[in-house]
Amino acid sequence: MATRTVIEAIREAMDEEMARDPSVFLIGEDVGQRGGVFLASDGLFKKYGEYRVIDSPLAESLIVGVAIGAAVNGMRPIVEIQFADFIAPAFNQIVEEAARFCYRSAGDFNLPIVIRTPYGGGVHGALYHSQSIEATYGHIPGLKVVAPSNPADAKGLLKAAIRDPDPVLYLEHKRSYRLIRGEVPGNDGVVPIGKAEVKREGTHLSLIAYGLMLHYCLEVAEKLATEGVSAEVLDLRTIKPMDEAAVIATTKKTGKVLVVHEDNRFAGIAAEVMAVIMENAFDSLDAPVMRLTGPDVPAMPFNHVLEEAFLPNPERILAKAKELAAY
Amino acid sequence: MATKTQEVEQKGGQSRHRSLGLSDEQALRIYEVMRLARAIDERMWLINRQGRAPFVISCQGQEGAQVGVAAALKPGYDWVAPYYRDAGVVLWFGMTARDQMLSFFARREDPNSGGRQMPGHFGSRRLHIITTGSPVGAQLPHAAGIALAFKQRKEDGVAAVFFGEGSSSQGDAHEAMNFAGIHKLGVIFVCENNGYAISVPQSQQVAVQNLADRAAGYGFPGMVVDGNDVLACYEVAKQAVERARRGDGPMLIEAKTYRLTAHSSDDDDRRYRQAEEVALWRQKDPIQRYAKYLRESGSLTDAAEQEITERISQQVDEATEYAEEAPDPTPDDLARFVYKQEPRF
Ligand SMILES: Cc1ncc(C[n+]2csc(CCOP(=O)(O)OP(=O)(O)O)c2C)c(N)n1
Ligand SMILES: [Mg+2]
Repeated sequence: MATRTVIEAIREAMDEEMARDPSVFLIGEDVGQRGGVFLASDGLFKKYGEYRVIDSPLAESLIVGVAIGAAVNGMRPIVEIQFADFIAPAFNQIVEEAARFCYRSAGDFNLPIVIRTPYGGGVHGALYHSQSIEATYGHIPGLKVVAPSNPADAKGLLKAAIRDPDPVLYLEHKRSYRLIRGEVPGNDGVVPIGKAEVKREGTHLSLIAYGLMLHYCLEVAEKLATEGVSAEVLDLRTIKPMDEAAVIATTKKTGKVLVVHEDNRFAGIAAEVMAVIMENAFDSLDAPVMRLTGPDVPAMPFNHVLEEAFLPNPERILAKAKELAAY
Repeated sequence: MATKTQEVEQKGGQSRHRSLGLSDEQALRIYEVMRLARAIDERMWLINRQGRAPFVISCQGQEGAQVGVAAALKPGYDWVAPYYRDAGVVLWFGMTARDQMLSFFARREDPNSGGRQMPGHFGSRRLHIITTGSPVGAQLPHAAGIALAFKQRKEDGVAAVFFGEGSSSQGDAHEAMNFAGIHKLGVIFVCENNGYAISVPQSQQVAVQNLADRAAGYGFPGMVVDGNDVLACYEVAKQAVERARRGDGPMLIEAKTYRLTAHSSDDDDRRYRQAEEVALWRQKDPIQRYAKYLRESGSLTDAAEQEITERISQQVDEATEYAEEAPDPTPDDLARFVYKQEPRF
């Protein structure tokens, strides 16, 4: 097994899938010559040419709309939206079109499209280069939403998304791109969509997270262990459809759950996890389910004091986890 | 590259269709599909006014533009991205009266959507009609994507996309034409300009007289055509298709036409249109006009007309009867087809 960063894993997945299947192509802003603003597609333009790595005009609705048409006509497009914060112009094409194609045609049409986009904060990206969008899009039936936290999952879930017959929103935590390294299996390490993973076994409480927060939770679990608290850490990996069985299983095992995400609090993913627990594992609870999330302010400000105040960090997760352990 | 807007002159003569390469049989087939579209539509209004079905949206008045353009395409090879008025387009591409009536009554067997969408939301993978939703303009980027795929595979297929002049104000229309122009994609943009977007007249929609003028801004030609002259529409579309197949890129066709009904069964057009204006356009009805030409050119005899009338009324009767009796979806159908592949563990 080779060691890769998240961004390298993403690039490798695209490269291998494009080599494997001539109908796979990439379209987005600056993805060609430049290789993407984060270099996710570095080298692919040279290798596959201008009609498989397409520098699109600066128009997100078009990018997704064109991908829809190409998918209808036999292709498997990967769309790169440069930042999740700029996906809104494509909202209609994603939600009203892509997500409804299968349903509105009673199964006659399906769209094998992946929409990749960097999300999340902690990189001084300010209001418009830090947003999390998983709750907004997780709400939409017809879309699958994944948010890998590490290189192996990044590669495996991207391969799964490319081969999937339905539209998949693939969220890449931009802080994790070069921060997180890990082993990546060779060619066919496909990670199934819809399956969470226990990253650390524990018995006293459960930390449920995804993306960058997953790594903070692992750090916190390590600290808790030195204080005699055994924390289980569950990586959701797929936001929609959520692996409810895994959420229920960890709840039944520990009886105490803390959900962590940086997306806004109201009707966020934590709220959904909590509802699943209340409906299915109420009897197993030894404490109220808790959540630590980004606040309900529009987005992460530029100033570092404000940015830190927005983003959950290991210290705050630790404090909340101790509160839960002591309950 | 020619970006000048051109007017297609109506050429006179007794054998216009033959000079366009259409046999008598093909010319009559165009006529029959126009009439079938109209007859289905008229039946739907009747049924709607009797309270037997909740909603109609009409093709009436625009059949010339629709069938004229569609007839220049290769059904089953080329793709169409129609909008809700385009009964003429989808019938030409292989939909049947029964299909339309099943949609109209929202039956389980409705091939467009299994009774999920309002009538007029066409779609069939088999017939190369991309599924259509309600937000207007969204289909233009789809057509560009279809044409992109043809280009990526080095095939000479064409995507024709249809939309109203109101829908041309959407950002997606601009984005799609811009992209199709950049890559010289085989897209035929067909604007059925009927002068109104529900109640909003063209003067409140765009500052130009001819929407076709916009093509210049995207680096491809725009053509204005009399949308009520089916052969003129065919002629322009044929040129556009030839260009597109050669790899010379898109064309914007503006078919100037008029809708003869209210916007839909829920609209009262007397609130914004003068009765005299509607009456004037009734005299320019594309079907009557084409029938007159066919008779004068000796292609349509009384006997042939009689046969067509009978065939159509039989199809519409049969389709209505069948669809009205056909079963509704069951409550279990509600949750089906959210995904092609539901993840299960
Ligand atoms: C994005 C969007 N906004 C509003 C509507 C409501 N609506 C349906 S049809 C229509 C008018 C469309 O006019 P035009 O494009 O000229 O087509 P026409 O009906 O005249 O053929 C409107 C406003 C819609 N369907 N989609
Ligand atoms: Mg109109």
